[in-house]
Amino acid sequence: MVLLELTQVVATYGPVRALHGIDAQVPEGSIVALLGANGAGKTTTLRAISGMVKATGRIRFDGHEVLNRRPEDVARLGVAHVPEGRGTLAQLTVWENLQMGAYIRRDRNRVKQDLDRVCGYFPWIPQRRRQPAALLSGGEQQMLAIARALMLRPRLLLLDEPSLGLAPIVVREIFDLIQAINREEGLTVLVVEQNASLALQLARRAYVLEVGRVVLEGESDELARNESVRKSYLGY
Amino acid sequence: MLLAASVIQSFAQQVVSGVASGAIYASLALALVLIYRAMDVANFAQGEMAMFATFVAYTLITQFHLPYLLAFVLTILLAFAGGVIVERAFVRPFEGAPVLTLVIVTLALFSIVNGLAGLIWGYVFKTFDSPFPARSVQVGGVFVGIQDLGVIAVTLVVLAVVFSFFRYTRLGLAMRAAALYPESSRLLGVRTSRMLALGWGLAAAVGAVSGMMVAPIVFLDPNMMQPVLLFAFAAAVLGGIESPVGSVIGGVIVGVLLALVGTYLPGGQNLRIPFGLIVIVAVLLFRPAGLFGRREMKRV
Ligand SMILES: Nc1ncnc2c1ncn2[C@@H]1O[C@H](COP(=O)(O)OP(=O)(O)OP(=O)(O)O)[C@@H](O)[C@H]1O
Ligand SMILES: [Mg+2]
Repeated sequence: MVLLELTQVVATYGPVRALHGIDAQVPEGSIVALLGANGAGKTTTLRAISGMVKATGRIRFDGHEVLNRRPEDVARLGVAHVPEGRGTLAQLTVWENLQMGAYIRRDRNRVKQDLDRVCGYFPWIPQRRRQPAALLSGGEQQMLAIARALMLRPRLLLLDEPSLGLAPIVVREIFDLIQAINREEGLTVLVVEQNASLALQLARRAYVLEVGRVVLEGESDELARNESVRKSYLGY
Repeated sequence: MLLAASVIQSFAQQVVSGVASGAIYASLALALVLIYRAMDVANFAQGEMAMFATFVAYTLITQFHLPYLLAFVLTILLAFAGGVIVERAFVRPFEGAPVLTLVIVTLALFSIVNGLAGLIWGYVFKTFDSPFPARSVQVGGVFVGIQDLGVIAVTLVVLAVVFSFFRYTRLGLAMRAAALYPESSRLLGVRTSRMLALGWGLAAAVGAVSGMMVAPIVFLDPNMMQPVLLFAFAAAVLGGIESPVGSVIGGVIVGVLLALVGTYLPGGQNLRIPFGLIVIVAVLLFRPAGLFGRREMKRV
């Protein structure tokens, strides 16, 4: 089943058109990557899904038309979006950040379990729970952002450059984690990534964007062998 | 020796009554800060809304013969509802408008609320009875008015409730997040627009307390809150307009300073308003962030 489907999505910032008709599909339970150079429209695509930028076309999530819905309503349908820049609630404590991740949930006991779960994933969290999130390092904030997103128990996780500013070993860990959660719990993930070789290892399918258009799409291993992808994004 | 004792006695009394007035400024300052944090706009109508609420309390007590405590609680609830309604009716339509537009909206609200109160209750000064006896008690060798102690106690309770709400409840946490990080909060499912309305309601409720506390001291009339608003601004600016705790401490400092200025400077009672303005200007000039204002948290 297709969990998320974009049809001819056009997005504009005032007079600037950033997306020129994107078609893309994210099957339920899959990990899909969005690749492309700076300014290609990757972030804008995620923002259009979350209702953070005006768009036309169609965006169907789980049977709902979500085009131009308010971000809070999209979140309430089960879409967790870790935005570019991480969206850290800097003045709030680490723990409060996690609680805000679970803000829309009513199942308190499960929320408690999930707090334990993310602390299991990121063992540094418990000892720093009372600190303002602003005091975390960039990489720790990125991990916190992912932990916060998981607290929503999303059906769809949107990740905007999760590897940004992280040490390679930490990136590995996080990608392994995302893969494990995807495998074990069937969490669907749409991930924007600059690091194409890593993204193609993580994702089953990928789309390559250029100036607001999809120029290539396909299974990851196919794309990894593709001449132009290798030249432009993999560097060999 | 005796003279020295009486000087100390009178000084201590001034300090206590300054703290009591400061508590009143602190409530209104806190109301200002709550809205400022949520929308970067000072609500110039905050004092008038408090005045209006106080007239409602007056009506509940004198016309409906409700006991003071009941009228007090009811007024707080009505003020909360009124704040929410004002936000929905007058502020929401200007969502996303420039700050200057919103400032003008609150100034318009100022005149509307003031005029409406004049229309309903007139401009004749009314006495608003204090719930506290006019006696004094001796505390550590100093005579202090029960009125002053009462005002301080009521304010402490209100502040404790407000701070606990923000610190310990899920909704309070969401309101803080929505005020500081609207975009991130919306991605987490927070209905930020609704949070803003709740913020206005809360601010109006806290402001109503300051109105009901000041009315027995100054007489009730539609212009009663205007000096209080000025001093609340001084308190908020001094404490740091982004800082709820700062606004409270700023309120107490301003209250005590004003009491001392009023007592010890020649012609001091007339210097209170200019002094309030001087505090505002001096802080904005020399320490714009105030005592507790947004010192951006830095990693060390
Ligand atoms: N707030 C904005 N206002 C105007 N134009 C914008 C805005 N945000 C993005 N754009 C434009 O939209 C286009 C797509 O930007 P977008 O942020 O989606 O790119 P991206 O693929 O995420 O790039 P990067 O890899 O650098 O993050 C760019 O040309 C950019 O200049
Ligand atoms: Mg981007």
